[in-house]
Amino acid sequence: MSLRSPLGRVLGTGSAKDGTGSWWAERVTSVALIPLTLWFFFSLLLLPSLDYLTVKAWLSVPMSSFLAVLSIAVLTYHSYLGTTVVIEDYVHATGLKILSLLTLRFLYVLCGGASIFAILHVAFGS
Amino acid sequence: MPVRPRPLSPHLEIYRWQIGNSLSILHRITGVGLALGLVALTYWLVSLASGEESYGMAMRLFANPVGWLFLFGWTFAFLYHLLNGVRHLLWDAGYGFERNQRHISGWVAVLGALGLTAAVAVVVWHGASR
Repeated sequence: MSLRSPLGRVLGTGSAKDGTGSWWAERVTSVALIPLTLWFFFSLLLLPSLDYLTVKAWLSVPMSSFLAVLSIAVLTYHSYLGTTVVIEDYVHATGLKILSLLTLRFLYVLCGGASIFAILHVAFGS
Repeated sequence: MPVRPRPLSPHLEIYRWQIGNSLSILHRITGVGLALGLVALTYWLVSLASGEESYGMAMRLFANPVGWLFLFGWTFAFLYHLLNGVRHLLWDAGYGFERNQRHISGWVAVLGALGLTAAVAVVVWHGASR
């Protein structure tokens, strides 16, 4: 048994040296998302029509599919970082918190993976 | 030694409602809304990859008043989150902390997003009637 006080144990150990990682990643992805999401949004908005053939033709152009994959990847990561913070802020019970964070992570990988696979499927033809 | 309750930071219920905290909360709400939009985007992309029939089904799902409401909601959420996100990035870089700068940039973000959403609605309406 240690006789040191709880305060004594944490003093002088220095910084944890991490923890800013996800904060910084959220900022970096947000900068990347300014051009990426604007491109995605305005590309769809300015398409002459949203019918099957038009959208498919647009997404099959290599530059479109490339930028769409990048957009989805960065969007997924940015959104994952954001909603993780929301859960960490509002869900306090440890078990429920771990469960929701795990579920969230799986859902993001599922959605991001499905989106990217769908874009590649359109790009390379079926 | 008597244990005194520790001081707490201002909590949502006792925080005076003003533009600063309202926009901060709106940033988080629009972020969560956009996360749900990402699920809808996934569904739309998968339906496109699955062929004409499933794509038609996805488009019919959105082509009604409720669908439109969601799409314009996501449009506003995207534009607001984008404009207010730039505001946050400027703060992170150390700019725009003065009271009037904060207020002006806040109104630019929220009114800009509303104006741009209206502009998008006009473009969509124009495209639909063409």
